[in-house]
Amino acid sequence: MPINYYIFLSIALFVIGIIGVLTRRNAIIIFMCIELMLNAVNLMLVAFSKMHHLANALKDASAGIDGQLFVFFIMVVAAAEVSVGLAIIVMMYRNIHSVDVNFLNRLKH
Amino acid sequence: MNITQILFWALSALTVFSALMVVVSKNPVHSVLWLIFTFFCISGHYILLNAQFLFIVNIIVYAGAIMVLFLFVIMLMNLNESSEPKKNRWLRMAGVVAGGCLLLVFVAALKNIDIKKQIAETNTGDIGLIQNLGQALFNEYVVPFEISSILFLSAMVGTVVIGKKE
Repeated sequence: MPINYYIFLSIALFVIGIIGVLTRRNAIIIFMCIELMLNAVNLMLVAFSKMHHLANALKDASAGIDGQLFVFFIMVVAAAEVSVGLAIIVMMYRNIHSVDVNFLNRLKH
Repeated sequence: MNITQILFWALSALTVFSALMVVVSKNPVHSVLWLIFTFFCISGHYILLNAQFLFIVNIIVYAGAIMVLFLFVIMLMNLNESSEPKKNRWLRMAGVVAGGCLLLVFVAALKNIDIKKQIAETNTGDIGLIQNLGQALFNEYVVPFEISSILFLSAMVGTVVIGKKE
């Protein structure tokens, strides 16, 4: 498939994630939209790695393998991030009995 | 139109639709289920690009582990439609307009870019197989791999410390 299609698909997913972060107030949904943005970037990286492989396969048999390894590391970091982030949200729920991010405005006062 | 193209368009439409449903759904449990569906569609894209290792890792790690964690937390807090906080209409509209502006900028910047001849190869190519990825991972990328294990350890410690009742 032409690389353009993958670029525009990833942009669409990324923008949907951003709209979700901007329009929702539930902390867990905001977090899920961040996961969606990470996945858009992952899809883009895999598509670029396959494009690079096709262009340079004759010179270097393993061209483009770095992109897929970066995706692997992004998944690793995302898993660690989710575990810590959900622990923070659970702690916030325990303290203010809500997941509404608008209650977290103490820095304003 | 061959089978790869048909699969690509069907998967793309499903991906974008289910991603939209994640944002639009009122009930957080429905959002999580739509997000799981989105991840399965993205996994389908990976297998279309012959990235088999990432396909299985995406299923196991994202759809399996991370999403179960989300579902578990949502059910623990007993969130549903009635307890869902809502922004007022103008703020929501401003958010959608801001995101739409970003989409417009991206599309306008990339519309005329000269990569139309570049093809992302589908169905063929063996860099996505677990043998090649494993060899690259344990030769060139062995230091980041070990560092990520330290990251996991610190994330685990952090989670326990934060989640502990004081």
